[in-house]
Amino acid sequence: MNVLHFVQQFFSDSAHWHGYDGIPTRLREHVQYSLIALGIAAAIGLPVGLITGHTGRGGNSLALIATAARALPSFGLLVLMFVLLGLGHLPVMIPLVVLAVPPILVTTYEAMRSVDPSPVDAARGMGMAESRILFHVELPVALPLILSGLRSAAIQIVSTATIAAYVSLGGVGRYIVDGLYQRNYEKVVGGATLVAVLALVTLGFFWAVNRLAVSPGVRRGA
Amino acid sequence: MSGLFEIPSDLQNTYWGLVVLHLRLALVPVAAGLLVALPLAQLCVRLRWLYPPVLWVTTVLYAVPSLAFFVVLIDYTGQSETTVMIPLAVYSLVVFVPALVDGVRSVPQETLDAATAMGLGPVRRYLQVQLPIAAPAIIAGLRVATVSSISLVSVGMLIGNQGGLGNLLNDGMIYHQPRLIWLSVIGTAVLAIAADAALVALRLVLTPWMPRGNRATRPASAEARPEPAAPVLEDAAR
Repeated sequence: MNVLHFVQQFFSDSAHWHGYDGIPTRLREHVQYSLIALGIAAAIGLPVGLITGHTGRGGNSLALIATAARALPSFGLLVLMFVLLGLGHLPVMIPLVVLAVPPILVTTYEAMRSVDPSPVDAARGMGMAESRILFHVELPVALPLILSGLRSAAIQIVSTATIAAYVSLGGVGRYIVDGLYQRNYEKVVGGATLVAVLALVTLGFFWAVNRLAVSPGVRRGA
Repeated sequence: MSGLFEIPSDLQNTYWGLVVLHLRLALVPVAAGLLVALPLAQLCVRLRWLYPPVLWVTTVLYAVPSLAFFVVLIDYTGQSETTVMIPLAVYSLVVFVPALVDGVRSVPQETLDAATAMGLGPVRRYLQVQLPIAAPAIIAGLRVATVSSISLVSVGMLIGNQGGLGNLLNDGMIYHQPRLIWLSVIGTAVLAIAADAALVALRLVLTPWMPRGNRATRPASAEARPEPAAPVLEDAAR
């Protein structure tokens, strides 16, 4: 009875493909949680990181906030939010967003700081407005690193969204938590496989975005 | 002991006992990960083709959620501390390998040549030249690995109360005592921040030649980038 055997059992059981507890439903829930959390985290982390990186101010306080946020245990935070706020999406979103903001924030800031200053100075000397310098000079050069920050955050979210199942929510984690209590290893291993596959798909997605969005000149230099 | 830190007897431990347990569950894997990563990274530096596949394997392993990892391991190691420690050690590898490789690669060739010319053999060159110069990068990696390890231990609660301070979470839920959950969350965060601070102090001791971050006279742009290895590590810490 090895892991591969369980995987095969889980995915060949047609009962796992339909209905409320079916793989499509659970996958959709999982992707939905992950996308919302990543969206909120990016909406917080990207602008702050871009602006602090552009001006170069606040780097130390940023690093402090990031360390503090990383120190918070996401699982503990999840249970705490569940007890304080009750059932719902909010108690799941808060720990996931807290988990994802630090990598986005710090990487965006570092990416903006690591842009070669000479083209920025040249753009400024040509009379470009600060906002155009930010979006047309610094952002394209910083993009690969910024994307890698988003990718780290996305993978952490995908793999942490499993614990949402502990506080009675759905997602692929449902299989893992249920399987754990029912001593049903087939379910656990199946759920774990699904999450790992989702994480790999995320990796592939960001790789594709990197190929499409990053200018060839920047890619060659990196 | 004051009433604040009293915890239910079914945990069969005191709060401070749980703190010690938590630290052991978090730090032993990080140490084990470092021990595995040191030779692995050295191999990756020597054999360049080995680095991308190693990075891929660690990244894929990292994508497996800790909970799934724990549950699969129960079959082999039971509901024990080992079950919690193995995934944490594996996760720390994904931080350590790039940190060590970048750190050792950042040693200038001239420095290595000078060391060779002074008659240092490969072992002494590694221990006395490469490792000290790589120390800031290694400690930056240690910080990320330690902090995330400390906060991940709590998930071990799900497999038979093997989660250190995380064990308070379940009791807080079933007895409906938010105080216990606060104790767990804040206690874990304080442990993580304290470990981080200790590692920063260690770096200051180990690398006396590095500029100290607290001098007011330094220009804003220089103080804004305390850790050159940070983007790489954030990337690796997914």
